[in-house]
Amino acid sequence: MPIILSHVSYVYEPGTAMEAPGITDVSLTVREGEMLAIIGHTGSGKSTLIQHLNGLLLPTEGKVFWNGRDITEKGFDRRAFRGRVGLVFQYPEYQLFETDVLTDVCFGPKNQGLSKEECTERAREAMRSVGLSEAYEKRSPFELSGGEKRRAAIAGVLAMQPDIMILDEPTAGLDPGGREEIMARLCALRDGGMGIVIVSHNMDDVGRYADRAAVMEHGKLVLEGTPREVFRCEELLRGAGLEVPELTRLMRKLSAGGLPVDTDAVRPEEAAASILHCF
Amino acid sequence: MFTKITLGQYYPADSFVHRLDPRTKLAVTLLYIVSLFVANGIVGYALGAAWMAAAVILSTVPLGYMFRGLRGILFLLLISVAFNMFLTPGEVILSFWVLQITREGLLQALRMAIRLTLLVMGSSLLTFTTTPTALTDGMEQGLGFLKVFRFPVHEIAMMMSIALRFIPILMEEADKIRKAQMARGADFESGGLISRAKALIPLLVPLFVSAFRRASDLALAMEARCYHGGDGRTRMKPLKYQRADYLVYAAAFLLLIAMIFSRRFV
Repeated sequence: MPIILSHVSYVYEPGTAMEAPGITDVSLTVREGEMLAIIGHTGSGKSTLIQHLNGLLLPTEGKVFWNGRDITEKGFDRRAFRGRVGLVFQYPEYQLFETDVLTDVCFGPKNQGLSKEECTERAREAMRSVGLSEAYEKRSPFELSGGEKRRAAIAGVLAMQPDIMILDEPTAGLDPGGREEIMARLCALRDGGMGIVIVSHNMDDVGRYADRAAVMEHGKLVLEGTPREVFRCEELLRGAGLEVPELTRLMRKLSAGGLPVDTDAVRPEEAAASILHCF
Repeated sequence: MFTKITLGQYYPADSFVHRLDPRTKLAVTLLYIVSLFVANGIVGYALGAAWMAAAVILSTVPLGYMFRGLRGILFLLLISVAFNMFLTPGEVILSFWVLQITREGLLQALRMAIRLTLLVMGSSLLTFTTTPTALTDGMEQGLGFLKVFRFPVHEIAMMMSIALRFIPILMEEADKIRKAQMARGADFESGGLISRAKALIPLLVPLFVSAFRRASDLALAMEARCYHGGDGRTRMKPLKYQRADYLVYAAAFLLLIAMIFSRRFV
């Protein structure tokens, strides 16, 4: 079931000296089975935007619909809704608190009111799909490495078996290997029918993995489309403080040098095929 | 929930009062409080109120903010008014059941209310116009003479400013943790006392872990920059009195003298 944001605006601390606009007039649809990347400069409203997708923030103006229902309505069960739309924050340190990883991952399903056996079963499954083996079950979440903590945090949300999962900078601070592994696992989840939303600073990741990209600037949604379409608008991206992926730059240089390559290629496979095609 | 709390309730603006030296504001607030206690009649209170009004106008802090600060002491105000009204012996002007309101009591209650209101407004104006950091700086320099008595002024000021500096950070962090746990279905708002206290565990554990981590990082960063206490330490922005500061000091002393004279008019 898609989440539909319709002309959503959010103002922080309205009516005080600290009043500040978060996002302004954003309309966006998030669907299952696709990976949407939200990109933008620091302070462009990305974090504010994703908190609207699971009802942690409610719009000052505009509406958010899920399954055809307005989530701001009275009597809408937002707690159950958050089980359907999972949100993983950037820092796993913000959510890991239990004495061992398995219990921590069980926290979500337990809050959904599931039985102990069911919680454990779901937690094990979630840990497996982020690549944490059984050896991790009894370890303290505080002694894991950065990448393992991040995976434990993702498992903690995944265990609620959401239809859509939102991740704020899931690969920030990870080494290339860890980054690739997390992105590959998210892609596997997407292929299994889950909707994935990622906030990212890494344009290479966006080009390589995302199905759709939305560009935020000063709280406004300025551009939306496939990565191909989005990275074609280099000027606009520059204006929003963003760069195009390394790959796109390479392709444009090759093209400027006289090689008739596809300058819109955003995936390594596409680019390689296009370059090989020239010879 | 957490974002609503503004600590030190600083009101950002660039006014005459905001620009004053924090030492001036501290000392003048003290003088103002002393003069309020010296005052004992209508003339004195009028003077105090006029001083307060002038300060508020010069500070550009909206009146609504000033009165919001009073809400916190409303209960205290009501109790002290009630006690004074009913329990001061004197000429009875109204009585019902066992309660008696006397003329003296009524006047006393009125005086008390005015004094308390002016007092609280004065001290909240200080915090509205001075950042907590400026305030501790002012205290450190203003109380520097205590070092003679081996009182660790610098250390205490440093601890205070670090604590103040970290309150908004921890507050923001608590908000993020709360949201991260709410995203996992945690419920902080319903249930009885015990289940609510239990619901705080997922919030407090990450918060404490993070506070300890921050503290050790900060200690390391301070040592890396050769911090070894206050001896011989210079400041990036040394506090310096301006002409306006001397003027305000003079005005405050005049207020005190005027208050002492006003006692004769009662």
